[in-house]
Amino acid sequence: MSELHTVNKSPFEKNSLETCLRLSKAGSSILLYEDAVYGALKNTVITDLVSSAAGDRKVYVLEPDLKARGLSADRVIEGVEMVDYAGFVDLVDASNKVQAWV
Amino acid sequence: MKFAIQVNEGPYQHQASDSAYHFTKAALEKGHECFRVFFYHDGVLNGTRLTTPPQDDRNVVNNWVELAEKYDLDLVVCVAAAQRRGIVDEGEAERNGKDATNIAPRFRISGLGQLVEAAIQCEKLVVFGD
Repeated sequence: MSELHTVNKSPFEKNSLETCLRLSKAGSSILLYEDAVYGALKNTVITDLVSSAAGDRKVYVLEPDLKARGLSADRVIEGVEMVDYAGFVDLVDASNKVQAWV
Repeated sequence: MKFAIQVNEGPYQHQASDSAYHFTKAALEKGHECFRVFFYHDGVLNGTRLTTPPQDDRNVVNNWVELAEKYDLDLVVCVAAAQRRGIVDEGEAERNGKDATNIAPRFRISGLGQLVEAAIQCEKLVVFGD
């Protein structure tokens, strides 16, 4: 059982994703949803940070929120897994607590 | 899993209420139990039945009402946040000398203790909004 961290703001708007990546422990899960889906994209200033976090943590992105912003799956960083709302529920179910980074 | 939801944002200001609704719906469809949805801060604005969005837009308030009817959800609006924002039920109208009510069906106004109780009673509290 690990923690699930949820991030809802774009890393280009707020530093909550960076803070989450800095403070979350290895083995925990991070879900990027709402505007935080921009943090899951390749070729941005935050890509390397997210990629390296995906090494010892599981990073997920909410697919409906990607689609709502016109972002296709091929733009997502490798190692970042796409989930739908049912997958979001499964992540919450599998974690021992949920921390919202607001 | 027994879970509770906290919504901190108004229905048309932020995606939080939509996200919370889709999460709650998906969890209920999977057979999980929703103990309570607590609307706090601007989230109390999800609880007015006077909301009338254009017909081709989603009706966030009605989405919650319909979900609550289907799954017998407990939708709780924070009283202090509601008073500030003019969300009124019959009890509050009487207590504060107001001439109307606007609370949506299936919603009820109560205190922060309901959020604390939800956090104690549930395995997971999922917070939506800033």
